[in-house]
Amino acid sequence: MWSHLSLLLVIIPLMAAPVVAILPPGRIAWLVALLVTSTCFLLAGMQLWLILNHGLVNYEFGGWSPPWGITYRIDAVNALVALIVSGIAAVTVPYALLSAEKEIQKHQIPLFYSAFLVCLAGLLGITQTGDIFNLFVFLEISSLSSYALISLGRNRQALTAAYQYLIMGTLGATFFLIGVGLIYSQTGTLNMMDLAARLPEVTGLKTTHTGFAFIMIGFALKLALFPLHLWLPNAYTHAPSVITVFLAATATKVALYVMLRVLFTVFPDGYLTNTPANDLFLLSGVIGVLSASIRAISQVNVKKLLAHSSVAQIGYMAIGLSFASMQGVTASIIHLFNHALMKGALFMAVGAIVYRVGACRMENIQGLGKQMPWTFGAIVIAGLSLIGVPGTAGFISKWYLVMAALEQQNWLVVAVILVGSLLAVVYVGKIVEALYFQPATSTNLTVKEAPILLLAPTWVLVLANIYFGFDTDLTVGVAERAAQALGVLVK
Amino acid sequence: MSNTTLLLLLLLLPFLGALAIIAVGKFPNLRESVTLGTAALVAILVVITATRFLGGETFALTVSEPIPGITIAFKIEALGMLFALVAGLLWVVTSIYSIGYMRSLKEQNQTRFFASFAVAISCVMGVAFAENLFTLFLFYELLTLSTYPLVAHSGTAEAKKGARTYLLILLGTSIGLFLLGILVTWFVAGTITFQQGGILEGKIDPAWAGLLYALFLFGIGKAAVMPFHRWLPAAMVAPTPVSALLHAVAVVKAGVFSLLKVTIYIFGSDFILRNDVTGMLIWVAAATILLASLIAMNKDNLKARLAYSTVSQLSYIVLGTMLASKSGLIGASMHIAMHAFGKITLFFAAGAIYVVTSKKLISELNGLGRAMPVTFGAFLIGAISIIGLPPLGGMWSKWYLGLGAVETGHLLLLGVLMLSSLLNITYLLPIPLRAFFSKPADGEHYTGIKEAPKTILVAMIITSLTCVLLFFYPDPFYQLAVLAAGGQ
Repeated sequence: MWSHLSLLLVIIPLMAAPVVAILPPGRIAWLVALLVTSTCFLLAGMQLWLILNHGLVNYEFGGWSPPWGITYRIDAVNALVALIVSGIAAVTVPYALLSAEKEIQKHQIPLFYSAFLVCLAGLLGITQTGDIFNLFVFLEISSLSSYALISLGRNRQALTAAYQYLIMGTLGATFFLIGVGLIYSQTGTLNMMDLAARLPEVTGLKTTHTGFAFIMIGFALKLALFPLHLWLPNAYTHAPSVITVFLAATATKVALYVMLRVLFTVFPDGYLTNTPANDLFLLSGVIGVLSASIRAISQVNVKKLLAHSSVAQIGYMAIGLSFASMQGVTASIIHLFNHALMKGALFMAVGAIVYRVGACRMENIQGLGKQMPWTFGAIVIAGLSLIGVPGTAGFISKWYLVMAALEQQNWLVVAVILVGSLLAVVYVGKIVEALYFQPATSTNLTVKEAPILLLAPTWVLVLANIYFGFDTDLTVGVAERAAQALGVLVK
Repeated sequence: MSNTTLLLLLLLLPFLGALAIIAVGKFPNLRESVTLGTAALVAILVVITATRFLGGETFALTVSEPIPGITIAFKIEALGMLFALVAGLLWVVTSIYSIGYMRSLKEQNQTRFFASFAVAISCVMGVAFAENLFTLFLFYELLTLSTYPLVAHSGTAEAKKGARTYLLILLGTSIGLFLLGILVTWFVAGTITFQQGGILEGKIDPAWAGLLYALFLFGIGKAAVMPFHRWLPAAMVAPTPVSALLHAVAVVKAGVFSLLKVTIYIFGSDFILRNDVTGMLIWVAAATILLASLIAMNKDNLKARLAYSTVSQLSYIVLGTMLASKSGLIGASMHIAMHAFGKITLFFAAGAIYVVTSKKLISELNGLGRAMPVTFGAFLIGAISIIGLPPLGGMWSKWYLGLGAVETGHLLLLGVLMLSSLLNITYLLPIPLRAFFSKPADGEHYTGIKEAPKTILVAMIITSLTCVLLFFYPDPFYQLAVLAAGGQ
């Protein structure tokens, strides 16, 4: 049983998805999805525990050993990312019950949960697999299902947003595949460990460089790294609220994981720093943080504001990774985890507002703070975490990131991180001000607090934001082990 | 009661009080009893703690360790004890005052007001007892956030604008500069725990130490050193009790207190004196003292004038801190207490005038003194204490500040202090004089005007008498200040 754990994590949601699709409209589809996601969460938790206590897990499909068969190779990095993905899924599904009923047409609900499970299976598959072509397959599985999920949004802009994402996402996937093909032509293997062994001999070749560039640009598109982020704000804004929560907290995180894996495990030590790649990451991270934060300030749609802020947060992660140091990569992984918590909580709280009011433009949410005190409280606390106020998870991220920058003596980056925090004060302040200090419009005066089924998952994430601001054994401890597992050089 | 319990109670009690206030918010009398009860209890506990502390007992508590080596921990030392004593004692007086004030003006959202107030006091205790820079920073930020609703209390466009300035400057400086200073300190010294004698010796090139000190000086925006002082006048849109306790005592003193802590326990006064870390920066404080006084002279709005006077007086403390000599530090520490009692009296009086007459401008006060003798009498006492004349407590801190300037050979700074005292006289004394001796404007009659409600008067009398008492008996604060400055 234990040895099959890593496989079950992917297989269970994948098998459950078609079953859910043929269930009758009603809450039974939801129940199955709930069961599946909580099982996955449990399995992911066990998997991480196993890794931390017993080390690496290698799983060979059908007993075929590499390079012939596909292997799953789990270390602290995948285990952590898998835990984040399944954990977010497990809190999203309870939230989805009411939110999806409100925002999605009734007959589509089983299909919705089915697509959701396929997407989950795809994302978990990406994190689990040790084979780079298999990774592409799971990437397509998760991407295709997320295009469908986004297009379920209730206004027609959802369709254009999904289409935009489809084009960009497909471009990204194609680039990735081309890159993998080029690398394969030089090394003759698709297994990541074999690649790591053979790549050092061919790093001087132009083909390898080209392959590397294709892979990076492909995933930079999926990650929404500046300047390849243009699909993200629309997709997040017009998707159903549940999907925004899920994708914001997981999809970009998984993309970042792949980048880390390719940069530090697959490609040899020093490849990142010997090519202009790290400078480009740093540059796009720095510009991304500043420009996306400034864009966020001028948004009038709260979801879009948060989406732009997500682009900025991805910038922070890119900065951490560009240092190619223990500290930097650890900071990126910590932020990957913490950002899932804060954006998850924020999008959930905004979703609760959409549930009651039907929209989330600044003029729609005026004065709701008094009507919906718990939702408002969630936004304030998660917002503080986003800013990086001490006592929240966000502060821990910023602390490690600044330390990493100080270690490099890169004062410009230190300044950018702090300025980014200040810009976050402004855009979070804008939401808070609209909610609390603008007089309520006459329609908003009668709005009631969101139902408990929406509030409870939101507050689970909000409390997690506070908890991980004080106890960082899981975040920092695992992130450090993860950075080691990736093979980052200890300097 | 064990010392740890005592420490924990001081930190938690105001916060628990806030929860109770929210719980019984529907019953105003019960709610005010909770406020008063909690405040009184805190005052008693803080006095007990101070007595035990001066008796040589130690208080320490570690709560958690979020990042290896960086803890949320508390430890009482002399300076923190002094600050907590001032804040704890004045909270109960202000509570008496606020009840009269808020009820007379029939203010809205009183539950939120009293609850935020109590939370702010918890944060002040956290700042006062912090054992390291991280804990201090944590509560410093929470203090900003918990006082934001108090500044924006009235909800008018002006209040919102003021509150926005307040939040942006305080969060901006603290995240942009203060946090950076902390990070750099941790990076070079490997610790951020406060230690007698400092932690930077031999860890940082003295040439860079000045730059690091500047990060703290400007980053601790609550100290209101120019050019980051704008938040304080902006915060005056808050109800007067808030201006009185938070913006003359708790919040601003949390600023100068943090700077003192950094100076004494992070840099160490020896390190500063030997390497002349603050050589140029000290003139920023001197300039703030004079400029703020000059601006205060031109303000006709009473609260605005008091706000600029606070900016100026805070820089006295900052100046004493940066002198870093023994007398300078004693003067700075004592001025935290002395200025608190003086300035809170002035704000109380300003609030009393507003409650009774709705007047905000100094030029409208002519002749009002005869109708409100207690109010203006208290104002006069507070003003003289701020100026620093005997027989009032304010004299002692100015005495030591002057001594500090002489001790370090900064005769020009002594000149600045003297000049500023003259300026203090010109902008503070005319207010009570005008009220007592000028004739009211044509057509004004004060026959119907009586003194403010009793609770307001009681609070004012207590603080003004304390100013007098502190001249004859400054001992507790003096002892704590000497301990903080490293003497016996």
